[in-house]
Amino acid sequence: MKRPPIYGLMAEFHDSDELIEAAYRVREAGYTRLDAYTPYPIEAVAEATGHHHSKLPLIVLIGGIVGALAGYGLQYWAAVIEYPLNVGGRPLHSWPAFIVPTFEMTILFAALSAVFGMFFLNGLPQPYHPVFNVPRFALASRDRYFLLIDARDPLFDREGTRRFLADLNPTEVNEVEH
Amino acid sequence: MATIDSPLPKPYKPPVVAPGHTPGTVTDKISSVVLRRTPKWWYVGFGISFSILMMFLFCVTYLFAKGVGIWGINQPVGWGFDIINFVWWIGIGHAGTLISAILLLLRQEWRTSINRFAEAMTLFAVACAGMYPVLHLGRPWLAYWLFPYPNTMGMWPQFRSPLIWDVFAVSTYATVSALFWYVGLIPDLATLRDRTRNRAMKIAYGFGAMGWRGSAAHWHNYETAYLLLAGLATPLVISVHTVVSFDFAVGQVPGWHATIFPPYFVAGAIYAGFAMVLTLAIPLRAAFHLEDFITTRHLQNMAKVMLATGLIVVYGYMAELFFGWYSGNIYERFMLMNRATGPYRFHWFALLLCNAVVPQLLWLRRFRTSPFWLFVISMFVSVGMWLERFIIIVTSLHRDFLPSSWGLYKGTIWDWGTFIGTIGLFLSLIFLFIRFLPMISIFEMRTIVPGGTEGGEYTTAPEQEPGISTEQGAVP
Repeated sequence: MKRPPIYGLMAEFHDSDELIEAAYRVREAGYTRLDAYTPYPIEAVAEATGHHHSKLPLIVLIGGIVGALAGYGLQYWAAVIEYPLNVGGRPLHSWPAFIVPTFEMTILFAALSAVFGMFFLNGLPQPYHPVFNVPRFALASRDRYFLLIDARDPLFDREGTRRFLADLNPTEVNEVEH
Repeated sequence: MATIDSPLPKPYKPPVVAPGHTPGTVTDKISSVVLRRTPKWWYVGFGISFSILMMFLFCVTYLFAKGVGIWGINQPVGWGFDIINFVWWIGIGHAGTLISAILLLLRQEWRTSINRFAEAMTLFAVACAGMYPVLHLGRPWLAYWLFPYPNTMGMWPQFRSPLIWDVFAVSTYATVSALFWYVGLIPDLATLRDRTRNRAMKIAYGFGAMGWRGSAAHWHNYETAYLLLAGLATPLVISVHTVVSFDFAVGQVPGWHATIFPPYFVAGAIYAGFAMVLTLAIPLRAAFHLEDFITTRHLQNMAKVMLATGLIVVYGYMAELFFGWYSGNIYERFMLMNRATGPYRFHWFALLLCNAVVPQLLWLRRFRTSPFWLFVISMFVSVGMWLERFIIIVTSLHRDFLPSSWGLYKGTIWDWGTFIGTIGLFLSLIFLFIRFLPMISIFEMRTIVPGGTEGGEYTTAPEQEPGISTEQGAVP
C-alpha cells in the first residue's frame, strides 16, 4: 500500500464528553481506523472507538497455567527423579509441601505475562510515533482529549475529513506529519 | 457505569480530594514537586540518610571479612537481628500492596492519593528485607545456591523446607511489586516527559515511559493488566507473610509451633506497614503541601485500618497465651511464663504497651485526625512490631527444651549498625524516589477529580468514571 502524504488528522477536545460524542459520529460516518488519546483511562472512550476487547486475560491465564505446571514439574522432577532424598521414610512425592512454590510460580508467571503481554499488545516500547509531531499533543498527558483518524482509512480524504472533523466541535484540528 | 440512585440522602463523607481541582491542576501540582528546583532540606535529608547507608556498607564489609561471628548470634539463639529485621521489613512492605491491590479491588477511592508511595515503600522495604537472609548465610557469595538450577554438584534445593518456600515467596513478591509499581508509573512518566524542559530528564523519562501516548486501545489493555496484577498481588501478599510465618510455625520450638501464626503474622504485617505509611505520609504531606490530596480523611482511614489490624494482633497474643496454657505441654507453658517473667520480660511488657495499649487511643477521633499524634502512635507501633519479632524469635530459642543448653542473646554493635544501616538505605531510596518520580499517581488522581478543563462542575463529570457519582453525590 502506498504511503499516504500525512499520518492522519487529529482533533482536539476540551472535555471527554465531546470526545466520546465525536468518536461515535466518526464511526457512524464509516471510518474504521481511528484512535483516541486521553490523559486517563475512560471506559466509554474505548467503547466509542471500538477498542474495548483485550486478549490480555487469555494471555495471563495461559501464563498462570504454565507457571503452575512449571513450578510443580520442577519440584517433582528434582525431588522424585533427579535427587531423591529419603527423609525418615516419607514419600518422595510429598505434594502438600510442593504447593507453596507452585502457587508462587503461578503468580509470578501470570504477573509477568500480564505486564509483558500488555507491552506486546500495545506495541511498547515504541521510540517514535507520529502523533508526537503535533506540538499540542503534549497536553494529552495533562487535560486534553484527542481523536485521530488514520490516513490509511479507506474513507480518508485530506480536505473532506478535515471539514468533517471541524464540524464535531473540536478546539483545533491538526494534520499529523509522518 | 450504572449507579443506583437512592432516594435517601447519602451520609456525608469528606471528599478524597479538596474541592476546586481539575485534571490540569492535579497534573501541575504533583509534577511540580518533581520538576521544580530541589529544596534545600532535601539535600540535608538525603545527606543524612546516605551517611547512614555508608555505615551499613561499612558494617557489611566487615561482616564479609570476618563472618557472622561479629553478630550476637550463637547457640542456642542462632536467629537474631538478621531474621528479626527480615520479618520486620517484609511486614512493612505489606501495607503498600494492600493499599495498591486490595483497596483497588474493593474500590476504595481514597487509596489513589497514597498508593504510589506506599508501593515505593513496599519495594524499598522488600529490598531491605531481602538482604538479611543473604547476609545471614555465612557465605553470602553462594546465595545463588538457594535457587534451583542445574549445577555440577548434582544437588537440588529441598523443596519440603519452608526456607525454600520463603525464597520463592519473597523473590516473587519483590518481582511482582516492582512490576506493579513500574506499570503504574508509565503514564506518569509520560506526563513528566511532556512537562519537563530539561533535555536530559526528558530523555530519561521518555525511556521510562516507553513511548506511552494514552491511546484508547492502550488504556484498555493497560487497565486490564493493572486490574489483573491487583488480583494476582492480593493472594500473593497474603501468601508472603504466611510463608514467613511457616519458617517458624513448621518448626517444633515452643512458641513457634502454632497454627495461629499465619493470620497473626499477616495482620501484624499490615499493622506495621500502615504505621510506616503514616510515618512517611505525615512529613511528606507537610513538606510538599499536599494536604489537598492526602486529606484528614486519608489519615483517619489509615488510622482505622491500623486499629483494626492492631486488634487482630492483640487477638493473636491472647490466642498464643490461651493455647500455650490449654496445650498442657510443659514446654509451651514454661515458654509463656518465661516471656512474662524471664530475662526478656521488659521487652515483652514494652511490646504490649506499644502494640496493644497505645494504639487504643485511635478509638478517639481527636487522635485519628491529629497528624502529630498519629505520627507518635505510628512510631510506637513500629517499635512494638520490631519487639514482637524479637520476642517471638529470641524468647522461644533462648530457653527451649534442655536447660543445660539455655543461653542469652544480645545484639552487638554490628547488629545495631546493620539494622540502622538498612533504615539509611530505606530512607535514601525514599528521598531519591520523592525527588525524581511523582509520589502520587497523577493519572489516577485525574480520574477522581471532576472531568473537563472548564470550571470543574461536578455535574459535568462524565458518568463513565466509576465512583464519581457516589463520591461527589455525597457532598451536600
